[in-house]
Amino acid sequence: MSVSDEVWILGIQMTKFGKHPDLDTVDLAAQAATAALSDAGITMADIGVIAAGNLMNASAGIGQQLQKQIGQTGIPVYNVANACATGATALRTAIMAVKAGEVDYGLAVGVEKLSGAGLLGGGGSKKKDADTWTPAGRYGAVAPIDGRIGTETMPGVFAQIGMEYGHKYGGTSFELFAKISEKNHAHSTLNPLASYQKRFTLDQIMNDVMIAYPNTRPMCSANCDGAAAAVVCNGETLKSLSLEQQRRAVKVSASVLTTDPYEEGCQVLPNVNTLTRKAAAIAYEQSGVGPQDLDLVELHDCFATAELVHYDNLMLCEEGGAADFFNSGATWRDGSTPVNVSGGLESKGHPIAATGIANVWEICHHLRGEAGDRQIENAKVGLAHVIGLGSACGVHVLERSAA
Amino acid sequence: MAGRIPLVDYLVLDGEEPHLVAQECTGCGARYFDRRNACANCFATDFKPVPIATEGTVRAFTIVAFAAPGIPTPFVAAVVDCGGTQVRANLINVEPDAEHVHDGMKVRLATHSIGTDSEGTEAIGFGFEPVSATKEQR
Repeated sequence: MSVSDEVWILGIQMTKFGKHPDLDTVDLAAQAATAALSDAGITMADIGVIAAGNLMNASAGIGQQLQKQIGQTGIPVYNVANACATGATALRTAIMAVKAGEVDYGLAVGVEKLSGAGLLGGGGSKKKDADTWTPAGRYGAVAPIDGRIGTETMPGVFAQIGMEYGHKYGGTSFELFAKISEKNHAHSTLNPLASYQKRFTLDQIMNDVMIAYPNTRPMCSANCDGAAAAVVCNGETLKSLSLEQQRRAVKVSASVLTTDPYEEGCQVLPNVNTLTRKAAAIAYEQSGVGPQDLDLVELHDCFATAELVHYDNLMLCEEGGAADFFNSGATWRDGSTPVNVSGGLESKGHPIAATGIANVWEICHHLRGEAGDRQIENAKVGLAHVIGLGSACGVHVLERSAA
Repeated sequence: MAGRIPLVDYLVLDGEEPHLVAQECTGCGARYFDRRNACANCFATDFKPVPIATEGTVRAFTIVAFAAPGIPTPFVAAVVDCGGTQVRANLINVEPDAEHVHDGMKVRLATHSIGTDSEGTEAIGFGFEPVSATKEQR
């Protein structure tokens, strides 16, 4: 592979996640994008392409709205939407443009305003039951099926995904899932950009409001506002830049996006395992990095039940061994494979389209040795994972610059 | 004419016992419950209806405390393995708590009324109940 085939993150930044009542999506996107540009040491004049995502308002053209505030240079904009993998998809789109050699610099941006959004998925509003029963849709249903034929709400879907893992391999319990949440909330206390920096005891977590058994409220991702942005370039371009830029640049050793391949039952309960395992396998192959080489992992803990299955899907443990792996302490920040040292989606928050870039930022922050109190010492390589139901999975493997 | 109508078209009420029916791909045997354009597994376009076993085991469940308006909570949402075919359904006629519901429990199909429309037609929904429960068929 020649240096021109390499892709580097030159600049990256996330906003503080949380409540931003005075900022709109464009403000937040602009904050992240201008910070990423300044981190990269370039300006909008250098950027050849923008890939942008804002899932809850996907038809609004957030990329162009952003340009109109920070720089209209006539470059192409790709507005992307891919559920919770929207941010990773934007990053991957910018990377593909750089890789194709069409542009020197690409900008990826993800932003969401989600404070107070409440329960997602499954539709918060129910259609009025008809006057006379009339079959409609692909199931010929005479009434809404969410809640009548299982659940389509996110906490319920991901609860079943964790329970299914327990059914298949054993070793899980309400308490085990709650302990995963305990870890992430403990980690969040060191992250000033997290929505919530509150440590919870196991008792507090287990006795909080039950949302969908076994997920209580602190075991669910926090709806919040936030944005994240990244500037990417290829190795040839990087060589022309200052030594400081080269030193702080982070190598993208793998950038992978997958969808779920058919498997029995995958259209009944979304199967988040197949596509994550596939993305991980491709990423390890592409990067030449193995799971044992990872100094830290940010994975998609949209619910505590989801984090467990992804230990296995990302091959951080042996197949079926996720419960033992967690119980060994491996995924705490002082363990052998620290997972979600940012606090994860459960405490850092989950502004949907920002998440896939924010978790890459977290990894970069450590690889650059700039993570302050929560720095994972001497971190050289990390992996960022997101999954959006529907489904789409993004995995990025990142390595520290040798410069 | 007042009659009954199933909540979804893959619930069969005519004839003997109520049961679910899947569309099975004649090429690879993949089974689906929705209207199909083609098979997601092998891309073939021919399907035949097949009856689904009315008894199965709970593969995964959750107890949902917050749901869309009009849906009584808490309720148990589950995936039931019916002879190798995965089925999404609520678990019914069981206490919705972790003491009474567990993965691997044996369950069977049961039907219940969803309500009656202005012409007197009754919509019939389905769920799965513990095999040990009393059957609540009229």
